[in-house]
Amino acid sequence: MSEKLLRVIVVVAMILLVELLCRIGVIPRMVMIAPSDMVVELGKILASGQFSADIRITFTNIAISTVLSVLLGFVAGVIIYSLPSLRDAIEPLLASYYAVPTFVFYPIFITLFGVGSASIIAIAVLLAVVSMVTATLNGLDRIPRVLRKTGQIYRMSRVKTALLIELPAATPYLFTGVKLSVAYSFIGVIASEFILSGAGVGYAIAYAYNLFENGHMYALMLLVLIVVTVVNTFLNVIDRRLQARRQR
Amino acid sequence: MSAALGAKVVPLAPQTATAPAHARLRGVTRVFDLPKSTLHALGPVDLDLAKGEFFSVVGPSGCGKSTLLDILAGLSAPQSGTAEFEGKPIQGVPDGVGVVFQEDASFPWLNVRDNVAFGLRRAGMDPAEINRRVDYAVGFMGLKDFAASYPAQLSGGMRQRVCIARTLVMQPRLILLDEPFGALDQQTRLLMGDELLRLWRETSATILLITHALDEAAMLSDRVGVMSTRPGTFIDFVETGWERDRDSRVVSTPHFGDITARLWEKLRIEALKIMSAGKG
Repeated sequence: MSEKLLRVIVVVAMILLVELLCRIGVIPRMVMIAPSDMVVELGKILASGQFSADIRITFTNIAISTVLSVLLGFVAGVIIYSLPSLRDAIEPLLASYYAVPTFVFYPIFITLFGVGSASIIAIAVLLAVVSMVTATLNGLDRIPRVLRKTGQIYRMSRVKTALLIELPAATPYLFTGVKLSVAYSFIGVIASEFILSGAGVGYAIAYAYNLFENGHMYALMLLVLIVVTVVNTFLNVIDRRLQARRQR
Repeated sequence: MSAALGAKVVPLAPQTATAPAHARLRGVTRVFDLPKSTLHALGPVDLDLAKGEFFSVVGPSGCGKSTLLDILAGLSAPQSGTAEFEGKPIQGVPDGVGVVFQEDASFPWLNVRDNVAFGLRRAGMDPAEINRRVDYAVGFMGLKDFAASYPAQLSGGMRQRVCIARTLVMQPRLILLDEPFGALDQQTRLLMGDELLRLWRETSATILLITHALDEAAMLSDRVGVMSTRPGTFIDFVETGWERDRDSRVVSTPHFGDITARLWEKLRIEALKIMSAGKG
């Protein structure tokens, strides 16, 4: 049996088990609704458009946060790479960065940007950007010296060497940073909406939770899970292709 | 024995090329600055490479062989002395010089064909001429069936063929090879040596090969330079006397044994110096 098939069987079995436990009342409806009901509820809220604005805000914020994290992280990574003494000084800080609970800074962002998308994006970027910085440093470190020498042999300028040799050579490593930035942006945006927003999917989930609207809550949670799975599957397909070319 | 294998028995005395120099080094030295000291890696070195000559350099590890190649390639400037190619001082990578490195220098994100065409495209060559040259080089190096493959799908030997083809399409007049077969097994090395000789005969390029392998140097070269321990200088030049139309079968001739023995005689002393320094 293939690994993939086994994985599908495990997931389907888990869903069926939860479905069964919900249907026979082992899991009370006040705690969790059956997975099949979640799908029905999701269909309803998408058809009604009740949460369309929240969904649009959340995914727009995630997209903005991802783009900003990737761009800022890449530029910062290149700058840090080109300044070895700066790198020596801040590399230990980067290594321990994820030990800091980023969300403790939310009062600062509310003061700076107010309650709304700007604060949420700032927290998500703060959470995601360092993974891109680290991936950029890793990618640049791993460019074989011989490829740079090859650029010299072809008498390429520094800029052309960077664009036509160094960037493609580092791409598989950079893409790992992109993947992590997407994941951290999802976490940063949706978690921030729980605590410092009046809109968005995270806010809508918290709102439904407070009003015991389990149907809405689980439908929105299912929506997030589906989107995250689809996005990750897409990114993994690209990643596998890039990694396959890297193996030498 | 065929003419291809016929080797002239020549006196194994130090000699220099008699034809006009295609590339020339005079009093070349290279010193590297280390954090707390300096490292005298090379020289002073004098060398004349005749046009169309196949010249190999052997020497103990760390004797400055690759530094010598870097200077001829224009990748590194000498501290003192002069380096010339076709009568002009070498400043930066000269036009007409191609380099094949020991490490795999194929671009993993490009397929074989695009790898081979890379330099021509950078040079802004006409696409029809690029296609013509790439077709020839890919065919010449036996890569026709792998033209659409990526380097990760090829063996180490095939990837090195890609790198040689990428150098070949540029039609260099001087080809510098830095232990290009160092990572390959013995059989593949012999066969790649044949390919290299074929390439040399067809292109009439001057070749400088850096190698650790005495048999490789003895089989491929018109002349072999033996270098001393660091700072590397030439301590012997050995003329092989092979005819131009030769291949790897020369390894079975007695003359091949004579050349290898002569090279080892000189190199052994240098290798022992390194070993005794290590023990000290």
